[in-house]
Amino acid sequence: MRIVSLISPVLMAVFSALCGLAHGIEKGQPAPNFSLPSTNADTSASSPISLVALRGKVVYVDFWASWCGPCKQSFPWMNDMQTRYGSKGFQVVAINVDKKPSDAAGFLRATAPVFSIAYDPAGSTPQLFQVKAMPSSFLIGTDGRVIATHAGFRDADRSPLEQSIRQALGIKE
Amino acid sequence: MKDANESTISGMQLRMDCFRTAYTLGLMVLASACIGCASLEPVKPWEKGNLAKPAMAFEGDRLELGFAEHTYFSKEGSTGGNGVGGGGCGCN
Repeated sequence: MRIVSLISPVLMAVFSALCGLAHGIEKGQPAPNFSLPSTNADTSASSPISLVALRGKVVYVDFWASWCGPCKQSFPWMNDMQTRYGSKGFQVVAINVDKKPSDAAGFLRATAPVFSIAYDPAGSTPQLFQVKAMPSSFLIGTDGRVIATHAGFRDADRSPLEQSIRQALGIKE
Repeated sequence: MKDANESTISGMQLRMDCFRTAYTLGLMVLASACIGCASLEPVKPWEKGNLAKPAMAFEGDRLELGFAEHTYFSKEGSTGGNGVGGGGCGCN
């Protein structure tokens, strides 16, 4: 009995480690909520941002870091999307996962985003969203459910991503 | 006599207890040795900031590597660089 009681926590640890390898967030699932410190590009005011508060909007959640090359490529595109569809109820929230805030600040000076930037140096939000690659993005509908997920950022991704944003906003061709 | 008997029993019990403790401790050490590395979490995609630093690359300097490779395959007479069979015309 003693041995069993000794080994069971060990087994539980192994199982929980295995459960960590579960699949990522998929289409149709409700997006996990987060509440993070953020800066708004328009007002440059810092205030916490949460996904629940953005309910009713189509939200594009993007995970980025200053050391990630494709992230740098995605920023001008996200700027473009925000300016084009912001008035139609679209919001980009780019969550930074840099450990050092100064790294993110340098990146932001170079890219000048016009959307919301949230900061999660502890990495709990990418854990919640089960991010598999950098950058990763999640398109979340007005009902708070995940419409599309995307990993990486290449030139060829621009138009299909924009297409899914337009579809989520109900914009006809 | 009675007292002596009791003391031997408690002595044996003590020894049994010691043995059990040693056994369970040994098991714990064995278990932790077995899963020691398995419980190490791999680096998460969002934690690769340090791995992305230039100092972590295989080659220190890409330009220098280019020169070194050029010298290498010129001397070897096998265009195409390392690891892959080249033309071998020696014309570089």
